Amino acid sequence: MSALVREHYNFAYLDEHTKRMIRRALLKGVAIPGYQVPFASREMPMPYGWGTGGVQVSAACMVPEDRVKVIDQGADDTTNAISIRKFFERTAGVTVTERTKEATLIQTRHRIPEQPLSEDQILVYQVPIPEPLRFLEPRETETRKMHALSEYGLMHVKLYEDISQHGEIATSYAYPAEVNGRHVFDPSPIPKFDNPKLDNSPALQLFGAGREQRIYAVPPYTRVRSLDFEDYPFVAARAEHRCALCGSTHTYLDEVIIDDEGGRMFVCSDTDYCNEQQRANAEAERDAG
Amino acid sequence: MYVAVKGGETAIDNAHRWLADLRRGDRELAPLQTEQVSEQLTLATSRVMAEGAIYDRELAALAIKQARGDLIEAIFLLRAYRTTLPRFGTSLPIDTGAMACVRRISATFKDVPGGQVLGPTFDYTHRLLDFALAADGEVPAALKAEQQNQATTPPSQKPRISDFLDEEGLLQPEPRGSETPPDLTREPVAFPAGRALRLQALTRSDEGFLLGLAYSTQRGYARNHPFVGELRIGLVAVEMAIPELGFSIEIAEIEVSECETVNQFQGSKTQPAQFTRGYGLVFGQAERKAISMALCDRALRWEELGEDNLGAPAQDEEFVIMHGDNIQATGFVEHIKLPHYVDFQSEAELVRRLRRMHADNQDHQQTQGDDS
Repeated sequence: MSALVREHYNFAYLDEHTKRMIRRALLKGVAIPGYQVPFASREMPMPYGWGTGGVQVSAACMVPEDRVKVIDQGADDTTNAISIRKFFERTAGVTVTERTKEATLIQTRHRIPEQPLSEDQILVYQVPIPEPLRFLEPRETETRKMHALSEYGLMHVKLYEDISQHGEIATSYAYPAEVNGRHVFDPSPIPKFDNPKLDNSPALQLFGAGREQRIYAVPPYTRVRSLDFEDYPFVAARAEHRCALCGSTHTYLDEVIIDDEGGRMFVCSDTDYCNEQQRANAEAERDAG
Repeated sequence: MYVAVKGGETAIDNAHRWLADLRRGDRELAPLQTEQVSEQLTLATSRVMAEGAIYDRELAALAIKQARGDLIEAIFLLRAYRTTLPRFGTSLPIDTGAMACVRRISATFKDVPGGQVLGPTFDYTHRLLDFALAADGEVPAALKAEQQNQATTPPSQKPRISDFLDEEGLLQPEPRGSETPPDLTREPVAFPAGRALRLQALTRSDEGFLLGLAYSTQRGYARNHPFVGELRIGLVAVEMAIPELGFSIEIAEIEVSECETVNQFQGSKTQPAQFTRGYGLVFGQAERKAISMALCDRALRWEELGEDNLGAPAQDEEFVIMHGDNIQATGFVEHIKLPHYVDFQSEAELVRRLRRMHADNQDHQQTQGDDS
């Protein structure tokens, strides 16, 4: 099946003209960190909203030597992560992996891996709504102007109103941040717990929004500052529990309902990291024993 | 339990297998042939071609079969296929004036040169279920014009109604665009989009979305007093200029529906009153869509015609273009069924924290109240 698919489609599905068009947009994005570059997004063989932007960006960056990892909600075994990983296996024949350390290209939806990334890695984010100002101003014609003029007052007012109404900034994911001291951008719907990982990362971070036809980037070692106020500083929040499987107290946790009485269990959302920790724990135990 | 919330590769494979099984349905019945779909569900096939933006009856029929009759899913299959096709060139503009019409009506004149041709329309059928169809009753062949022994007008002699109004200066001439129109599928849309790109988006737009918008203009949300000047459905030739040959050759014949509305225009201080146009053109027999498209096109022209922006949805270019594509819409609307538990978890933590803070405040106020 894979051989048949690769016979009929170009490497990584997209034709080379399309890849070139996307790479141009990526280069522009890297040159102007956080700026949303319009690109002629193609119709992909998976629905809009399933990661068509991320898939196009990954396909444009992919080389046969890549080791590809795909996660959704931090996990390698969620249905859509499996489906996208399979897509690249079939259309590009690349090696796939679940190990963050081993991967050269990681496509993600809603999380940044717990394992710190390196200079040899590219992290591709799937983005639903690339415009951080969209929920304050629905018109693209207006929001483009606001970015051009660095007119982010509306966003600060929104954050201020949150504080006056709720006592804190009531945004827990897709938390807006400023890149390289210039553009305010949407880091995609990652929990704000992950925002600090965006800052000064050695890895190249690329963002693809297929339906909205936008690409943007955070180049390696770029300053990313989550928006906040001096007296209400940004706090990376997580559930105050320990992972029931690996015991971590510093990772982002999923809450799982485990019985009919509403019993809860908290486990790492990053499945690879959790497995690594469990392996390390087992080894330590064996060494001790 | 923890494993149960995650999907497996086997689960996906099994789901696809189940889907294929249900698609086949009762094995006692003959499998549906794609020719049956394109021949007997012609209008569904047309819609899938129009919104899939590729004129290919066979593929559209296959897509409908594969999608179990879900037309948006079928449209999606065609779009995903279309995007992989190489482009060999651009055809010449089709000449709908030379259309071989199967249907051609004008609501603005009682009779017109070339005649009113009802054609195969549902318009005057009584909507009574035809139980003979369920019993597979034989259907007599349609009468052809020559059999009716009437003087018929060759297709080339069905002049456009708008040309008559044009000659009289009653109808505003269309501004001519000379440059190659932009391609919605090759360039990201930027606003203002302009009429060429708008029409391109409208003809691919969801029929239901356009129908609703068109209806809203009739009910007063940017009302523009339309008459159907002409509605024609039929075959037109697609020609390509071949530079090596020095002339153009016909490469295909396609069926299209075209609607030109004639709309009132009050005129202004500088311009006398005149009629203006809305335009709709859709693949296949799709007159509901063609009429809807014409109404939407006219509503979107408010700025060019110096009309007021009434704040109606149908006047808003960005609103209409950004929300009319059913493949984009269905993807984004339906994607919320994908796992979002990471975001939900962070929201749950936030809501718990806010509720704790609220409860603490209440307690605090209570204590203060008790003190006083």
